[in-house]
Amino acid sequence: MILTGADIVVNCLKDEGVEYIFGYPGGAALHIYDAIYNQDAVKHILVRHEQGAAHAADGYARATGKPGVVLVTSGPGVTNTVTGLATAHMDSIPMVVITGQVPSGLIGDDAFQEVDTVGVTRPCVKHNFLVKDVKKIAETIKKAFYIATSGRPGPVVVDIPKDISAHEAEYHYPEKIEMRSYQPRTCGHGKMIKKSVELLLGAKKPIIYTGGGAILAEAEKPLTKLVDKLGYPSTSTLMGLGAIPATHPTFLGMLGMHGTYESNLAMYHCDVMLAVGARFDDRVTGDLDKFAPNARIIHIDIDPSSIGKNVAVEVPIVGDCKSVLENMLDLLEGATDSINRSEVDNWWETIKEWKAVDSLQYDTSDTVIKPQYVIQKLFEITGGDAYVTSDVGQHQMWAAQYYQFEKPRRWINSGGLGTMGFGLPAAMGVQFGFPDDLVVCVTGDASIQMCLQELSTCLQYNLPIKIVNLNNQYMGMVRQWQEFFYDRRYSHSYMDALPDFVKLSESYGHVGILVENPKDVESAIKEAISMKDRLVFIDVITDPEENVYPMIAAGKGHNEIQLKPSKSEVENRELA
Amino acid sequence: MKRVISLLLEHEPGALARVAGLFTARGYNIESLTVAPTEDPSLARMTIVTSGSDAIIEQIVKQLNKLVDVVKLRSLSDGRYLGRELMLVKVEAGTADQRNDMQRLVSIFRGRVIDVTDATYTIEMTGNSDKVDAFLLALNDVELIEVVRSGILGIGRGKKTLRI
Ligand SMILES: Cc1ncc(C[n+]2csc(CCOP(=O)(O)OP(=O)(O)O)c2C)c(N)n1
Ligand SMILES: [Mg+2]
Repeated sequence: MILTGADIVVNCLKDEGVEYIFGYPGGAALHIYDAIYNQDAVKHILVRHEQGAAHAADGYARATGKPGVVLVTSGPGVTNTVTGLATAHMDSIPMVVITGQVPSGLIGDDAFQEVDTVGVTRPCVKHNFLVKDVKKIAETIKKAFYIATSGRPGPVVVDIPKDISAHEAEYHYPEKIEMRSYQPRTCGHGKMIKKSVELLLGAKKPIIYTGGGAILAEAEKPLTKLVDKLGYPSTSTLMGLGAIPATHPTFLGMLGMHGTYESNLAMYHCDVMLAVGARFDDRVTGDLDKFAPNARIIHIDIDPSSIGKNVAVEVPIVGDCKSVLENMLDLLEGATDSINRSEVDNWWETIKEWKAVDSLQYDTSDTVIKPQYVIQKLFEITGGDAYVTSDVGQHQMWAAQYYQFEKPRRWINSGGLGTMGFGLPAAMGVQFGFPDDLVVCVTGDASIQMCLQELSTCLQYNLPIKIVNLNNQYMGMVRQWQEFFYDRRYSHSYMDALPDFVKLSESYGHVGILVENPKDVESAIKEAISMKDRLVFIDVITDPEENVYPMIAAGKGHNEIQLKPSKSEVENRELA
Repeated sequence: MKRVISLLLEHEPGALARVAGLFTARGYNIESLTVAPTEDPSLARMTIVTSGSDAIIEQIVKQLNKLVDVVKLRSLSDGRYLGRELMLVKVEAGTADQRNDMQRLVSIFRGRVIDVTDATYTIEMTGNSDKVDAFLLALNDVELIEVVRSGILGIGRGKKTLRI
């Protein structure tokens, strides 16, 4: 079958089983847009800004596990997409991003809407391609999907000059692709796996620490089995929430900068640490010199370069988390009797004392709305089963702390890059993936304004997302740091001239609800959820100066975790 | 410590930029980098000289291996290897004395004079980096007009090979 390059692109996507492309047209992509017009197998979703397209595809990928697909034009279309690429890259999210390019003959001439796409995107993608021959399109797209979804996943860009999408070639989509230069390893090393099991069985103060890799590998089943079998305490990074159910008896909550007291202290004092698909990010480890000083570390990761990058590891296991954990479970069969139960019980006793500190406790109020309370209510009402996307700031941390994620792929946030503006477009992607499920975007008054234009996309496609805006009239997280580390000099962290979010939502054709009183929080959330086919924007006016606790200040160790100051401490400080 | 890494990569446009970009993005040292196509036109071979602690070198190797264009890699300086560098030096050589001195030095170091003008000699010198450095040092009193060094090309000794 002889087809144009543009038709080849669309056929490749169809044959790859792509449901949705998130995109925005422009000159260099117009042949491809024409090819999209002529078919209905692959549905194109028109966003309002290319960043929105990238985040939407990303959200779709995070929730469904399938690669997200984006189509944008050259030049500004590409540069607008870059933030979305970097966001996906940092969190290892599989995406294929097709970009139009100026015609081959004009490349390098500073042509209209030309940008060196391969150069601009290189540092924030897993790989990228410039297609110079129509005969190579199908093979390149196949490679792009293969690279994006295998090994440690990530975004891949395919740049197609306009003339190439007009040329014709025989269409054939390869069933399989082999690349001599790219052969990700998935099977863990048997000897290392054996060693890890021995180390775990001999532990006295063990901790199991899981990250986003556990979710990407869909390792939740063997992981939960493993913690059940061992009965060891477990914790998770921001990215790994939901791999072990939040209410699981071994789960100590999130760790890291705003993690719980018990999980951070358990990390600090442990003697054996099993890290599953986590990368020892600085927000998790704190000061590396003070990181788990007595721990013998086992690290499972599909990416060899993650192992030993920040922290020295005794048992490195390169492989797919799921298959490695299954291997470990096989070896543990009938072997758990050798666990030193009395030592581990003592360890649990210590942990329970830390837990009793109740580090997530917050002051309730019946005059001002506490943001933590909003998330708690949201959790109670939705039973931990909603898809929750988030932006970046205090609201993100509160969502992570107070919404108990019982299932993987329910918590959708930009952990690595910390991209404000991610929440709403990501929620769109999730809603496309799961049209009948409840999708909530927990956002902040500053973040929501970074991709606000997507409210228009939501109307066009009837996406009944529920937006919960924790409106503290501040860039709360910035303000918190300024309060702590800059003597309350709130330099440019105050959001003056905030819009009336209710009217704003209404003008986009949605429903807006203003909540100013604690007693109205619950009914507002319920009301919003009851409007099954409408996007509802709940603007919740919250305590403007609430802080996120506990907190490990940047550059401190887990053992230096700070709890919420008691009321008397705060009063003393104010008097002083 | 100086380390020499040799790699085979897909001979594709942009492959060199990926390697160079990796070094700048992650703040790794790069002392020299040479690249050229191989007898198999689909492959290019690169020799990189870098330095850093063991942990950093381990990361460099892993990060290079992670690049989709890198087919195969060998850390040459982990074993016995041969490293050779080519240097071209243009010196002032207008007087008979200057010419005689230069001839003598060049023959001691087993180099060659490859271009002669009224005022200059151009010398070709190959060898390991120590030898090339030593020659430059020996030219202490001579007016150097231009110095061009290729950076190291490396190959494993004996049975140690890097091929696909
Ligand atoms: C694109 C982008 N710019 C800047 C930042 C730095 N930053 C982190 S949190 C934050 C404030 C967020 O304010 P808001 O969305 O209101 O959330 P809050 O902390 O008040 O809950 C800023 C500016 C960022 N993460 N992303
Ligand atoms: Mg705010």
